[in-house]
Amino acid sequence: MNPTVKTTFSVCTNEIDASCRVPLLALFGGAALWLVAGLALGIGAIMSFHKPDLFADCQFLTFGRSQAAANDLLLYGFCIPAALGVLLWIFSRLSQTPLALPIVPVVAANLWHLGVLIGTIAILTGNSTGHLWLEYPRPAAVLLFAAFLLTAVTAAATFGFRQQRDLFPAHWFLFAALLLFPWIYSTANLFLVSNQVPRGVVQAIIGWWFGNNLIFVWLALAGVGMAFYFLPKIAGKPLGNSGYAITGFLTLLFFGTWAGIPQGAPVPAWMPTLSSVMTALTLVPLIAIALVLWQTIVRNGFKCGGGPFCFIKFGMLCFIASTILYISLACPRYSRVLEFTWFGTAQTQLQLLGFFAMILFGAIYEILPRIMEAPLPFPKAAKAQFWITGLGILLFVVPLAVGGLEQGMKVRDAAVPFADASAVALKFLRVSTTGQLLILLGSLPLVLNLFVMTIRWKVALLKTLISAIKAPLPEAEVKA
Amino acid sequence: MKTGIGVFIAAVAAIGLSWCGLVLGPQLQLGGEGITTVLNSTDEYPLQPTGAENLGQQVYRANGCAACHTEQVRQTGVTCELTLTSLGVYKAADFTAFARSLFVLPELAKYTNALADAINGWNGDMPKTILTTPDKTIVEEMANRLKAVGVKFDLRILATGPDISRGWGSRQSVAADYLYAQPVQLGNLRAGPDLANVGVRKPDMNWQLIHLYAPKAVDSSSTMPPFRYLFELRKIGSTPSPDALKLPSEFAPAQGYEVVPTTDAKNLAAYLASLKATVPLYEAPFTPVIAAKP
Ligand code: HEC
Repeated sequence: MNPTVKTTFSVCTNEIDASCRVPLLALFGGAALWLVAGLALGIGAIMSFHKPDLFADCQFLTFGRSQAAANDLLLYGFCIPAALGVLLWIFSRLSQTPLALPIVPVVAANLWHLGVLIGTIAILTGNSTGHLWLEYPRPAAVLLFAAFLLTAVTAAATFGFRQQRDLFPAHWFLFAALLLFPWIYSTANLFLVSNQVPRGVVQAIIGWWFGNNLIFVWLALAGVGMAFYFLPKIAGKPLGNSGYAITGFLTLLFFGTWAGIPQGAPVPAWMPTLSSVMTALTLVPLIAIALVLWQTIVRNGFKCGGGPFCFIKFGMLCFIASTILYISLACPRYSRVLEFTWFGTAQTQLQLLGFFAMILFGAIYEILPRIMEAPLPFPKAAKAQFWITGLGILLFVVPLAVGGLEQGMKVRDAAVPFADASAVALKFLRVSTTGQLLILLGSLPLVLNLFVMTIRWKVALLKTLISAIKAPLPEAEVKA
Repeated sequence: MKTGIGVFIAAVAAIGLSWCGLVLGPQLQLGGEGITTVLNSTDEYPLQPTGAENLGQQVYRANGCAACHTEQVRQTGVTCELTLTSLGVYKAADFTAFARSLFVLPELAKYTNALADAINGWNGDMPKTILTTPDKTIVEEMANRLKAVGVKFDLRILATGPDISRGWGSRQSVAADYLYAQPVQLGNLRAGPDLANVGVRKPDMNWQLIHLYAPKAVDSSSTMPPFRYLFELRKIGSTPSPDALKLPSEFAPAQGYEVVPTTDAKNLAAYLASLKATVPLYEAPFTPVIAAKP
């Protein structure tokens, strides 16, 4: 290889990484704090089941409010902004060009975090809209929407300036994610949080459509897109068959976007029927994506030892598991038992934390040392995070799913008193709360690494600044 | 997929299709839906909620009651029930003999055992349910035979399913039930019972208020969190408040104090007491126990 070419290339990479530093720190920093806040609030919420009168006199932490606020903090506080940061970096890396308009995502990050703050306070003070995953009231929603658009503009501009013309599978997925969110978020808000809301059950239908497209499709697009970039990159081997990748991409979009209307919902029968057929068909993208992963991960036998690759691999395994749970929930036979139980919670949390958050942890640990041009301050803690969080997620999700199944079978049998069915679930909640505590513990290394790196960088900046001020002025300037 | 345009078009097409199907479609089909009428009647359904009920629904939303409660009843099917009310000129024994003579009918073959169980050793007590089956034609066939011999009976259509057996409703919830709900909060977890018909089960406002203040006061095994912040604990002034809760001694406040519901609590109780879908509709038929109109 020609050595000069190599050096210009690496200079260029450094420049790209440096251009991402400030925007990514703004997105990741706030996201990491929201993650801890959301996990802690989630534990607070579930305490209502262990000790029902704990918050009987505190309206802000009553289960119905804290639970919604905690879930939104995980999704809107952590998952989306952190994913946007990763997406910007992937876009500028793939385009081989520094981030375009780097100030725009910094502004966007601040708007976004402000929106999350307003939304969270609104829910805790009883001003939620009452629609699942759309609890944030209008001012917060406007901020989130604007911030997302700004970030998307930066990503598109960076893509427009690209030096490298090829389009990769990661591009398709991430592009679609950039398009999907503004579409569904504006639709849902215009229909459900405006002054002219549709009457009756149409609200619920639009709510389901939105929830499915956000939690299932959007997270899948963004998460799989990130995984398709990082897995081959870290392993140094190409991504599996791109024919499978494209099949997975197209079928996910064409089938997945129709899922989400529950069986037996009080709506005209064609909706749940169509929706459950489409959900069953999401087996196609699931298999296609699983095949690509198989070719990328298993065939090349890369040993990750708790590093970013491990996080992302674990995340993709959770994606497969969570999609299978999702499909089973839409299957009329099983949904009769599983509907309205903790099983649904297990599926959502697996999707949010097991799949998406884990991929983000891996991606952030992979990106941080590059944009900061320094190694992680606590690499051991980062490795520990993998094991602690991984175990935490299993302990959180598996008991909830099993407990939900048992609860569902009891509720279905009208001879069993309802209180007995709830009591069964309670037993499993005791274990799953331990899992939540572990996940919270596991998130601390991320915050620690991120903030120590940020502080060190700021201190270094300050030092350069001070030494620049203190340095004797060059002769020429003194005279002038 | 070599160019960005291809990806863009594919994504727009896919999202657009589902948008048309699940946002625009339902809006066109259901958005214009208004008040319907009760099955076999001219009564309008649903009734416009009162101001307090509407405000109560906002309290329900603000406190996230839907995190633990659904407001949608499921049903798995319908069944027809044939109940004798008068044998006319027959004696019980005569009727039994007559019923046995019907056993030879080929279409009744599947039901002879059940019928035999119902009438064997029957002493003529009324009303007497003799046939329960989802098969409407059989019941009608049987009804015609009974009519021919002057026996009087009730033919009822009943919704079935675990929710119905639990007493959570007399039929499944349908779109018409939510016409005035704002926001519609169907809920997706049943940590507590379904509330679509809680107004039928618990029409008493005082029960609702006491339950909200201290769920354990009405059900010692309850795991529902108390909502004490919706109540005011205050010193009894010159005249005790007429609204003060009458709590069992375990849950009663200290001597000289009373627990008074806030407006929010009262509205919420009004909303809960208003939750009932007791009338049959075209899309969800059943025979009410007490007819909608006497
Ligand atoms: C943490 C979960 C939880 C939350 C939140 C919750 N409930 Fe409950 N609710 C229950 C459980 C469990 C029961 C069954 C035990 C009982 O009757 O107290 C119940 C029972 C009820 C009942 C009695 C139903 C019946 O058929 O007897 C009503 C009414 C009710 N809840 C209303 C509310 C309202 C109104 C709110 C919001 C202010 C609310 N619940 C919030 C768990 C919850």
